[in-house]
Amino acid sequence: MPDQLLFGMEVFLNGLMAGVLYALVALGFVLIYKASGIFNYAQGVMALFAALTLVGIMEGQVPFSHLINAIFGTEVHHFGWHLPAVVGIVLTIVVMIGLAWAVNAFIMRHLVNQEPIILFMATIGLAYFMEGLGDLMWGADIKKLDVGLPQGINTAIDEATYDFFGYGFFIDNLDIWATVIAIILVAALMLFSQYTKQGRALRAVADDHQAALSVGISLNFIWVLVWSIAGFVALVAGIMWGAKSGVQFSLSLIALKALPVLMLGGFTSIPGAIVGGLIIGVGEKLFEFAIGPLVGGATENWFAYVLALIFLVFRPQGLFGEKIIERV
Amino acid sequence: MRLKLMAALAATVMGVAPALADLTIPALNYRTGPYAPSGIPYADGFSDYMTMLNERDGGIGGEQINVLECETGYNTEKGVECYEQTKGQGALVYIPQSTGITYQLIPKATADEIPIWSVAYGRTSAVNGKVFEWIFNLPGTYWDAASIMTKYAMEQEGGSLDGKKIALVYHNSAYGKEPIRTLEKLSEKHGFELVLLAVDHPGQEQKSQWLQIRRERPDYVFMWGWGVMNQVAIQEASNIRFPMDKFIGVWWSGSEADVVPVGEGADGYKSVTWHGAGTDYPAMQEIKSTVIDAGLAAGDGTKFGEVGYNRGVYTAAVLAEAIRQAQEASGTSDIDATQLRDAMETLEISDARFEELGLPGFTGGFQLSCAQHSAPRTAFIQQWNAADQTWTPVSDFMEPDLEVIDPLIMEDSMAYAEENGITPRECD
Repeated sequence: MPDQLLFGMEVFLNGLMAGVLYALVALGFVLIYKASGIFNYAQGVMALFAALTLVGIMEGQVPFSHLINAIFGTEVHHFGWHLPAVVGIVLTIVVMIGLAWAVNAFIMRHLVNQEPIILFMATIGLAYFMEGLGDLMWGADIKKLDVGLPQGINTAIDEATYDFFGYGFFIDNLDIWATVIAIILVAALMLFSQYTKQGRALRAVADDHQAALSVGISLNFIWVLVWSIAGFVALVAGIMWGAKSGVQFSLSLIALKALPVLMLGGFTSIPGAIVGGLIIGVGEKLFEFAIGPLVGGATENWFAYVLALIFLVFRPQGLFGEKIIERV
Repeated sequence: MRLKLMAALAATVMGVAPALADLTIPALNYRTGPYAPSGIPYADGFSDYMTMLNERDGGIGGEQINVLECETGYNTEKGVECYEQTKGQGALVYIPQSTGITYQLIPKATADEIPIWSVAYGRTSAVNGKVFEWIFNLPGTYWDAASIMTKYAMEQEGGSLDGKKIALVYHNSAYGKEPIRTLEKLSEKHGFELVLLAVDHPGQEQKSQWLQIRRERPDYVFMWGWGVMNQVAIQEASNIRFPMDKFIGVWWSGSEADVVPVGEGADGYKSVTWHGAGTDYPAMQEIKSTVIDAGLAAGDGTKFGEVGYNRGVYTAAVLAEAIRQAQEASGTSDIDATQLRDAMETLEISDARFEELGLPGFTGGFQLSCAQHSAPRTAFIQQWNAADQTWTPVSDFMEPDLEVIDPLIMEDSMAYAEENGITPRECD
């Protein structure tokens, strides 16, 4: 088999894996948009905040320690414990649920029936507030995140492909785990929305929130629920991306990777986020592989948007988005 | 009554205003935002050294040092705002801490006659003091770094890079592209193949670049990275099992923040640098006892001895020495920006003087001149030991290939002079 074809296959597989990571970020956007019509600009920062909180809790860091020490003249930094990842994740989920409640109680509840642009602006404010809050709580240092997920080349795939093709493919163990976790996450979300009372209520609100209100569904509860789920998805995305680069403030920029996925997959479809992520991941990696060297490289960021724009021209609602038909 | 009120107000204002005789040094720091992990150690090191001088010596020449911190968040617009806010407060010098801010301040500070010191960043051709009268970029430039990294690789390969392959993984920005021209010239001279791999900002996703490195199998990888790009690149290099001792970063890709998140995988990674790391220097111990242990540190003391912290100490120590020499030359302790600039143009700090300052072997001694605004332009390679969490020097100080670089500097600086209608000064 020609070398270029083998390399192309390796790039294709890695593109799929990268696409899963993009889809994980996009999922959080979709969940909130679907249930409340809000484009949550703060989703990337939520991933950062969740990852910061997870590392802080696991490492026993005292939240707001700089502030406490500055005010009271103390020297407290650590509680002195190192918690297992599972405990850290559970406690972080509790924090994210608390955050979801606070977002609803202090911001969103007061903006019911406002224009979408007002709600969008509110999430911009929320993003900057959470970034500052994360800095105050946990500090600006880069933190190593180790929840026990393996990283590095998968030797089984490397050896198997070497035996078969004479060239060993590189697939990162972390990417394989991300794919497995994403599959479980999507399956769980599907089961939740199909087979639980809260899930059905969530779908009812997504379809028509006024009709849902009229049959006694509490919008407040649903919004807290959906922000909590989005917070959980943000935690998963934060873990995966944080394991790659350490937990640091540029983690919030992963939201930029989700935008073309949303444009392509649609803002209201969970399968759309997954398929969109895969198309963007594969598309940008193959383009960089084939065309990048001819144009000086670094094509991935802009090509993802070009790809999304092409889809947008032909399907403005995205691949799986709901077509908006307004009758006069 | 109104007069009395105004007099009281004036007295209050005079009471809280800094003493006019203070040596005012604006510090354009970035303690917040995505680049804070790089900005905080430097800011702490710089401030702590100056605090040590204030506490131990009563300042410099009897004048207290007033470090005016202004937060830029590593944002060019905010950096320019900081400059405008502080320049009227008797600022002696600006150290922009960002190539973007440096480029913006070059024309402004030149017009305002305030020296700019871009510490191994900024515009490389500012080495030519005949054109850039108010700009300094000691101790070296990116082109020097590229040449020294190549020289080191050549030494490792027994003196020849002929037929070898070097990949440059670079931040796709003006900063990241700086070494390309130098490396292209060096590849022609030494016969190695240069592979260029751009990484888009911020560099969170680099799979394509490292798959290409895995396919191309270069003998060395050089990196011009910044922020998250560094940690991801080192992680990806570890993932593809690239030999870490053949992966060398520029000095902004070689701090604890770049390697610690990668853990064991970063072991053996190298970077070029111009100053020592760690706390094993008398001056560092004095900072500890006089400042950190006394509760006067600018930060929480956890960055003490890190690469970034020591870079701040280097900058403060050299600047303090320049101020001393300006005071001696002008015969006044209350110097102004012009007197400091004049002293910087003749600044000499020998190895022996660094030893007197409590920094023996910390960095190379040097002498600046009117024509040469950067010196000594030497650097060495350090290597990360993940088990001990320490950087260890693995080479001596090396000189760049001036035969290749100086003509490039001359060409670029003269082009700048022509574009801006500057007639180069006559001086040596």
